[in-house]
Amino acid sequence: MYTTELSKNVQPIETPEDPALLEAFEARVAADEFIEPKDWMPEAYRKTLVRQISQHAHSEIVGMLPEGNWITRAPSLRRKAILLAKVQDEAGHGLYLYCAAETLGTSREEMIEALHSGKAKYSTIFNYPTLTWADIGAIGWLVDGAAIMNQVPLQRTSYGPYARAMVRVCKEESFHQRQGYEIMIALANGTAAQKRMAQDALNRWWWPSLMMFGPPDDNSPNTERSMRWRIKRETNDELRQKFVDITKPQADFLGLTVPDPELKWNDEKGGHDFGEVDWDEFYAVVRGEGPVAKERITARREAWENNTWVREAAAAHAAKKQAREAA
Amino acid sequence: MSSDWPLWEVFVRAKGGLAHRHVGSVHAPDQELALRHARDTYTRRLEGVSLWVVKSTDIVASDPEEAGPLFEPAEDKIYRHPTFYDIPDEVKHI
Repeated sequence: MYTTELSKNVQPIETPEDPALLEAFEARVAADEFIEPKDWMPEAYRKTLVRQISQHAHSEIVGMLPEGNWITRAPSLRRKAILLAKVQDEAGHGLYLYCAAETLGTSREEMIEALHSGKAKYSTIFNYPTLTWADIGAIGWLVDGAAIMNQVPLQRTSYGPYARAMVRVCKEESFHQRQGYEIMIALANGTAAQKRMAQDALNRWWWPSLMMFGPPDDNSPNTERSMRWRIKRETNDELRQKFVDITKPQADFLGLTVPDPELKWNDEKGGHDFGEVDWDEFYAVVRGEGPVAKERITARREAWENNTWVREAAAAHAAKKQAREAA
Repeated sequence: MSSDWPLWEVFVRAKGGLAHRHVGSVHAPDQELALRHARDTYTRRLEGVSLWVVKSTDIVASDPEEAGPLFEPAEDKIYRHPTFYDIPDEVKHI
């Protein structure tokens, strides 16, 4: 999802470029060189990256909301401390990514305004509600699992600051997935009610997790160019297949059933066959019709507005100190 | 005009004996908060023992367009490298 075009009506970015510069750029990228902030790059490359990186950053920031509201309800001090650390990591990931986007000439303010006004998209997954504690387990296991699948190849993405941010994020992400799976293990081995809760969470999060990889390749118009420019290194469908193949045995270990009657091993292709994602639901959620879309953006805006005084106080303090030093 | 706080580049020394290395940037109104933000953002897992923050606007960078004239002259001065010199095999420790 993070690497996916979320808006269906995005205008293709076509600006005339100096053919010699473009050719040199394409050759560098094809040779797996990294592009750095001050290097020449086509406008379409810059704009695609700004959109993708800021969307990725917004996803990290909004991603704090469904989990943050479980910190006080986590069942033990150990779980509270872990969840708090995870949510703090998500904030950190958002910040690494905003910084990477800023090297392309956009400002933090512009990006945050775009998020709050609803102009910018973020991962559809966060517009589903977290109803029980098992959802926190399922999110770590499946949602962070899918995010890792998406982000690992991005460590070799052609834009240097984005690739370096991804190296950092991937290092930290593994803990997120493991703590989630550990929650699932505890529930799957618990009482009958706890096991039901775990199964229910898997039922609700499985399909939205598969949607995180974005629309099928034949309906993903920008994939070809993004692959050529090494902004993207693997296609949506390739990543989705990998995710299913890795995750199915993990569900088996838990003794839980993946909610897809068509899911079965295909010896010939060396991977699983699986059912079709409900793309109508996906596009509805992208359009902002997700079950808790309004709640999320409202919570995000309120957090920003309610903390205005902190930003103002810090700025006033800095100004006062500077004036005193100048005197 | 953006009302963002100034941008600071963050450098972390991973451990004693190593140089500080650039890791990213933070926004902050002053140097004290820049250090605190850098600590929270870039050193949550024992990544370092020391931090530097420098205002991004204070960094002077070379122009990538001039990378050729700046760095290529070194390529034809191969006599700066030890392998340029032929020393007979029987001469040891040189």
